Amino acid sequence: MNNNITLDKLPLNCSGIITNIRCDDITKRRIADLGLIPGSKIHAIMKSPFNDPTAFNFKKTVIALRQEDTKNIYINLIKENNYENP
Amino acid sequence: MKIHNSILFHSTISSNNKQKNNYTVAIAGNPNVGKSTIFNALTGARQHTGNWTGKTVSNATGTFFYNNNKFVLVDIPGTYSLTSNSDEEQIAKNYLESNKADVTIIVLDATTLERNLYLVFQILEITSNVILCVNLLDEAEKKGIKININKLSESLGIPVVSTIAKKKKTLKKLVSTINDVCTKKIIITPFKSDFRNTETVKIENYIFKAETLCKDVCSFNKLNYDSFNRKVDKVLTSKKFGIPIMLLFLCLIFWLTIVGANYPSQLLSNFFDFLGTYLQNFLNYISIPNWIKDLLMNGIYKTLTWVIAVMLPPMAIFFPLFTLLEDLGYLPRISFNLDKCFHKACSSGKQAITMCMGFGCNAVGVCGCRIINSPREKLLAILTNSFIPCNGRFPFLISVATLFVGCYFSGIGSSFVSCLFVVLIVLLGIFLTLFISKVLSKTILKGTNSSFILELPSYRKPQLVQILTRSFLDRTIFILGRAISVAAPAGIVIWLFANIYIGDLSILTYTANFLNPFAQIMGLDGYILTAFILGLPANEIVFPLILMSYASKGYLVDSTDILNLKELLVSNGWTFITALNVMIFTLLHFPCATTLLTIKKETKSKKWTFFAFLLPTVCGITICIFTNLIWNLIF
Repeated sequence: MNNNITLDKLPLNCSGIITNIRCDDITKRRIADLGLIPGSKIHAIMKSPFNDPTAFNFKKTVIALRQEDTKNIYINLIKENNYENP
Repeated sequence: MKIHNSILFHSTISSNNKQKNNYTVAIAGNPNVGKSTIFNALTGARQHTGNWTGKTVSNATGTFFYNNNKFVLVDIPGTYSLTSNSDEEQIAKNYLESNKADVTIIVLDATTLERNLYLVFQILEITSNVILCVNLLDEAEKKGIKININKLSESLGIPVVSTIAKKKKTLKKLVSTINDVCTKKIIITPFKSDFRNTETVKIENYIFKAETLCKDVCSFNKLNYDSFNRKVDKVLTSKKFGIPIMLLFLCLIFWLTIVGANYPSQLLSNFFDFLGTYLQNFLNYISIPNWIKDLLMNGIYKTLTWVIAVMLPPMAIFFPLFTLLEDLGYLPRISFNLDKCFHKACSSGKQAITMCMGFGCNAVGVCGCRIINSPREKLLAILTNSFIPCNGRFPFLISVATLFVGCYFSGIGSSFVSCLFVVLIVLLGIFLTLFISKVLSKTILKGTNSSFILELPSYRKPQLVQILTRSFLDRTIFILGRAISVAAPAGIVIWLFANIYIGDLSILTYTANFLNPFAQIMGLDGYILTAFILGLPANEIVFPLILMSYASKGYLVDSTDILNLKELLVSNGWTFITALNVMIFTLLHFPCATTLLTIKKETKSKKWTFFAFLLPTVCGITICIFTNLIWNLIF
């Protein structure tokens, strides 16, 4: 079963592990500054009223990212539905 | 990777600590961790604080004394890192590298310690004299997070103190540690990281190092530590309620302002009338030429007191309410809710935050645009900021709405309808912000979206007393002071305009007559347009100037009595459509002089400043002509 999806496909209340970040260098850099690199665990929390951006929980912080960026971030979906903070 | 666990920092005792010395202390840290709160608590200054990322946009300085030593504190803008190239990171990096500071305090958010540590490692590569200040311990405790301060200090080889910035007494340890480090009582030898690799690998190393260290010193006891935040966010950003709640907040703030300001305004105006008669008697007593008396009383005094009576009450209500939302942490949620709209307009979602700041003061809003990283999106936000009516324009909008819209209803319905009308005008402003951003993005400011990264901080319990004093003293009095300093000379100018005659007509009438044909096309009249032009230094004085021009003798009519005002306006030809066009033009005209100067400073370009002047003016003129045309076709 293929669990490798892009971050924008991560269902709400589910977690994933970042495998690859294919954004432009500046964005990659900014995301890394927040602690998001391959290997980090990320959890989808909520979507804005117009469906984009989505807020994610990682490293005990909540950060909103646009789909434009999240579709370039690849993750491995973790099969678990219980709410646990990454 | 090695984390040394050997000796702490060495302590030596210096002998000459009675001498008076000057030391410089820098405060660095992630955004929104309480740097400015600590700065304010130590120096007694009143830097702007609030629960969102990017309030401090330039270095602020203040001083405090301890043990006969003078400490100059420098509040550096908050950054996540020192390697990206945004403005605030450059400011922070330049300052730290300049080595001006004897010691650097890095403030950390105890609830997000791990993320905060990346910056610590980066700063430690620039300077050794670093004190860590783990702040927001109370919030961490609530979330079941425990941090072993001693272990953190041992692992890094630098002094670490814990604080709750809101409570001043918890800062004592911080102050004595600053003193000890500056006076070389404590000599810090941190364990330097030995990464000499490329940038990307470096940040990954920092992240791993922080993770390991965090596991070592932190313990988490609650799994669902932020369930409260999630629950509130589920409502405030939900599909069903997110946008309606935002509009409701907007309506509520305006309604409270309208209803609450009415009575104190009347009271102030009565008081100034009362004081005015005494002043008049006094002036009569010390026999001075009549024209000077007239200039003083009918020119300066009337304009001044009118501005105070009309401005002060709404501001004293609006600002605390707005600060309350800001302190709670609602602003980033607005940005989160509206980002899609701004995305479609090819601009940054953070523009929603600068837009909100524009409600307070457009100059502040323009300054706040520094939180937007992409230069193109920043420029969009700056150029469109004045589409949001600032506090100098609210009283005018509210008065006109009350006089010409609310009058058709009675009782509480009247204030409610006036409020709805003001909200409609504001929504027009927001719509135009988006529309113009889109048009500019497709024409002269072409470009694609840059990435949008927005932190949604935990909600914080607002400090009510501080909100009241801060918003009243800092914002209200500051803006009122500015208005007053402009109102006095403007009072003189309008008096001279009205009292110097060329032939049969005063200069004011000449100007008004000259502008009148054009103003009529816009559904206004020459006097209104003259007032807007003379009101360039501050929007607050536009309405007083209009009233003053109308009053037969050339000075301001008596009192803020609502009914009298309406009579005066109606007798000068005001109808509903005049009121509507005046409100539209109030929303859409050139920014005030302060805002223009700020735009010039921020864009460093005369061209863009001029464009920022032209853009809303052209919009305003076009829309006024359009509504006037439609109205005349129908009626």
